[in-house]
Amino acid sequence: MTKQVVPLDRVIIRFAGDSGDGMQLTGDRFTSETASFGNDLSTLPNFPAEIRAPAGTLAGVSSFQLHFASRDIMTPGDAPNVLVAMNPAALKANIDDVPRGGSIIVNTDEFSKRALQKVGYESNPIEDGSLESFRVHPIALTSMTVEALKGFDISKKDAERSKNMFALGLLCWLYNRPTEGTVEFLTQKFGKKPDILAANLAAFKAGHAFGETTEDFAVSYEVKPAPMDAGTYRNITGNTALSYGLVAAGQRSGLPVFLGAYPITPASDILHELSKHKKFGVVTMQAEDEIAGIGAALGASFGGALAVTTTSGPGIALKSETIGLAVSMELPLVIIDIQRGGPSTGLPTKTEQSDLLQAMFGRNGEAPVPVIAPNSPVDCFAAAIEACRIATKYRTPVFLLSDGYLANGSEPWKLPNLDELVDMKIEFATGPNHTLADGTEVFWPFKRDPQTLARPWAIPGTAGLEHRIGGIEKADGSGNISYDPANHDFMVRTRQAKVDGIANDIDPLFVDDPTGDADVLVLGWGSTYGPIGAGCRRVREAGMKVAQAHFRHVNPFPANTEEVLKRYKKVVVPEMNLGQLVMLVRSKYLVDAISYNQVRGLPFKAEELAGVIEDVIKSV
Amino acid sequence: MSDTIKFPSLALVPSADEPQSAKEFKSDQEVRWCPGCGDYAILAAVQGFMPELGLKRENIVWVSGIGCSSRFPYYMNTYGLHTIHGRAPAIATGLSTTRKDLSVWVVTGDGDALSIGGNHLIHAMRRNVNLKILLFNNRIYGLTKGQYSPTSEQGKITKSTPMGSLDYPFNPVSLALGAEATFVARTMDSDRAHLTSVLRAAAEHDGTALVEIYQNCPIFNDGVFDGLKDGEEKEQHIIRLEHGEPIVFGAERENGVIRAADGSIQTAKVADVGLDSVLVHDAHANDPGLAFALSRLSNSENLDQTPMGIFRSVERPTYDTLLRDQVAQAQSSGAPDLAALIAGNDTWTIS
Ligand code: SF4
Repeated sequence: MTKQVVPLDRVIIRFAGDSGDGMQLTGDRFTSETASFGNDLSTLPNFPAEIRAPAGTLAGVSSFQLHFASRDIMTPGDAPNVLVAMNPAALKANIDDVPRGGSIIVNTDEFSKRALQKVGYESNPIEDGSLESFRVHPIALTSMTVEALKGFDISKKDAERSKNMFALGLLCWLYNRPTEGTVEFLTQKFGKKPDILAANLAAFKAGHAFGETTEDFAVSYEVKPAPMDAGTYRNITGNTALSYGLVAAGQRSGLPVFLGAYPITPASDILHELSKHKKFGVVTMQAEDEIAGIGAALGASFGGALAVTTTSGPGIALKSETIGLAVSMELPLVIIDIQRGGPSTGLPTKTEQSDLLQAMFGRNGEAPVPVIAPNSPVDCFAAAIEACRIATKYRTPVFLLSDGYLANGSEPWKLPNLDELVDMKIEFATGPNHTLADGTEVFWPFKRDPQTLARPWAIPGTAGLEHRIGGIEKADGSGNISYDPANHDFMVRTRQAKVDGIANDIDPLFVDDPTGDADVLVLGWGSTYGPIGAGCRRVREAGMKVAQAHFRHVNPFPANTEEVLKRYKKVVVPEMNLGQLVMLVRSKYLVDAISYNQVRGLPFKAEELAGVIEDVIKSV
Repeated sequence: MSDTIKFPSLALVPSADEPQSAKEFKSDQEVRWCPGCGDYAILAAVQGFMPELGLKRENIVWVSGIGCSSRFPYYMNTYGLHTIHGRAPAIATGLSTTRKDLSVWVVTGDGDALSIGGNHLIHAMRRNVNLKILLFNNRIYGLTKGQYSPTSEQGKITKSTPMGSLDYPFNPVSLALGAEATFVARTMDSDRAHLTSVLRAAAEHDGTALVEIYQNCPIFNDGVFDGLKDGEEKEQHIIRLEHGEPIVFGAERENGVIRAADGSIQTAKVADVGLDSVLVHDAHANDPGLAFALSRLSNSENLDQTPMGIFRSVERPTYDTLLRDQVAQAQSSGAPDLAALIAGNDTWTIS
């Protein structure tokens, strides 16, 4: 008898297990199937900083959350409807997030006395009634996998390791996901190891079949595809999108891309990705340290490359002096900071927005640097191109502030029309640009474009333009060393004016205010766009009015910012830090903005933000 | 042109159309070192030597860090970068690897290269980036007014070490050899002919060339190399290294370097040991052992037997070339397709 299929609007699933259980892979596969089915989705991987924390411990729990729906969604979801817990540690670490009534699939094979004790369970929660308010599905995942793989020519250990595929098969059945993609994926991945491939496929199918036959699951669920714009889609993480943005910028500008980088979580994936694309003229150099990474990039920029350095907060601290040099020499340089929990080593694998003020002010002297912050994993592509555009056009270092949430989170991406990408044709200086009093034609490396205030980019190899520049203050125009007080004052103000002027070359701040008469504006920047949007949606669904505006350009702010802020009675600024944007906004616009903060290493929950927003609305 | 054959490391750098003069390499900037500073002599030697390379001026870049010597690029009428303390090798590496048509020179000092920039220096050498690094060693911090440096002798009394410095000094040549450098040489500001010959060999070398140049700082460390400059003494103290030649020294070439019974390197009277026992210098030896042993004959404490010249000059593919080869290999399989890259292997269509 076929089981009944119950329609749902949206589902949040969290796969949780030991670091070695393959939860990230399982989550990725489920995501791919879900994406190709046409749901809108958003993901949140969450893994420990240790590569292999001791097995079975709370510290070693790795999880992957996926939110998918038949409508557009903005976040990986607040609370999972379904938790798949591969061991007691995974249950214990995640159970508090599951709302009463939620489903929990537990791998009973791992619930030995010892494993329970390891994480401080005195009795088995599956049996002692402590999970009564949940719908618990106790399944012997490991032994059923081993059973299904009897007769395969693989070790018991390999058989056991396939249990994540059994779980994936079961979940695919439960939510009526297509399975072809996973079969194809496994075939590619294990093509060279036919035994392992056969085992994985068999485990996957066994899990699927188990769902169909077991009485434990009376129904399966279906989440219809979400209405999405016509087009070709793929699923993409922020770091991959960002990498592609850099490759695209190289192609659009006609410049070779040079990445100087030192491995650091969560930015290394950009180094890995870009190192695959030499075909596109992308050169990557794994430097001896963070300082050398940016140094090599700056050297490449002097030579006319589209120069990039990638890192996370601690790396920015090391690169600060070189960023100051790039400000002083006025050379294009894209500095990518995938923010993580700080200070110091902090929480390497968790997300935070706490490097904004470091990006703004973390240098000696007056050293303004434009700051761009992508709003979603997909936006990392366009934001990277925008960073390259500003850097090359204004001959300035530019910060691109992503974070761990955007870097590893994924969502469907409607592939862009490449012909519509911004044209970034670069014009290097080719000849003299100044006539001295005696009529001699000379090249002045610091004679600026009156519109953009950018100086000419004259690269070595260009005859007649030989010049020397450095970190010492330069005379306006000639670029020669100058200690003249008035010149220094002028140069400091001019560098600032150049960056400030970019405000006229970027999109105005967009305000989403459906009724047009909200009293409260929620203002954010960077990766909180999704959670804030989802929070606002809840508030509106509850019948209240709220406006949302979100910065993508944090320095300079868009030209209409002040006008927008002054339109609202109250401005709320949620941030994953202790109030960095709010400090900038308050000081610059004298707006009594309300700061709301959370630094748990995790993105905001929509429900939490909705509550905050509603409180402010009620207080007006 | 013959020049490009002569200098394999510069084969990809365009040659000048006309013969050049030293004057062409002088920039319009006033040179601002202290009177009597050894840097003047080095600058003059470099400017005098540059025309020999026969390269287009616009394809030459001088990169420096911070310190007295790091003002050097301002005085060269080429492209130049005066960067930040210790970072010149890193910055020059990015430039050199992305621009095969440039001849990139780094000027640095003992503080810049060996203290704050030590990491970049050793990694540039092990990578064998096509850089010529001139390390002006005056064994003192000049620009910050006279603190001891990582090459100062132990016990040095300076403003920051009134009771004498405690740290043991680096031997830059030993350090470079230990860091897998493919070309290591030592020369001196006051010996223009020798300096020029070493610069020529460095320019010729394909890969990183580390040239230590003893440089007198008359203001803060005057005379530390006098034993190597004084006419009478110097012949006793300088061991000139010539590839393929027996390592002999002294006014009458009466001393030689030998391998003692215990395997160590020592000096002896040629008359006592016989010329056959004197070691023949082999700068091209793959094993850096002898070069290292030679480098240990002198140190900051004692310059009584100081080898000068090219310790090591061996061939090893450069980082720049290897990197360009990889790019070429990646590009050999047809034109890049951005749309295909972005789409990946797993797309779906909504109509
Ligand atoms: S302080 Fe010494 S090294 Fe510096 S310029 Fe003066 S003499 Fe030369």
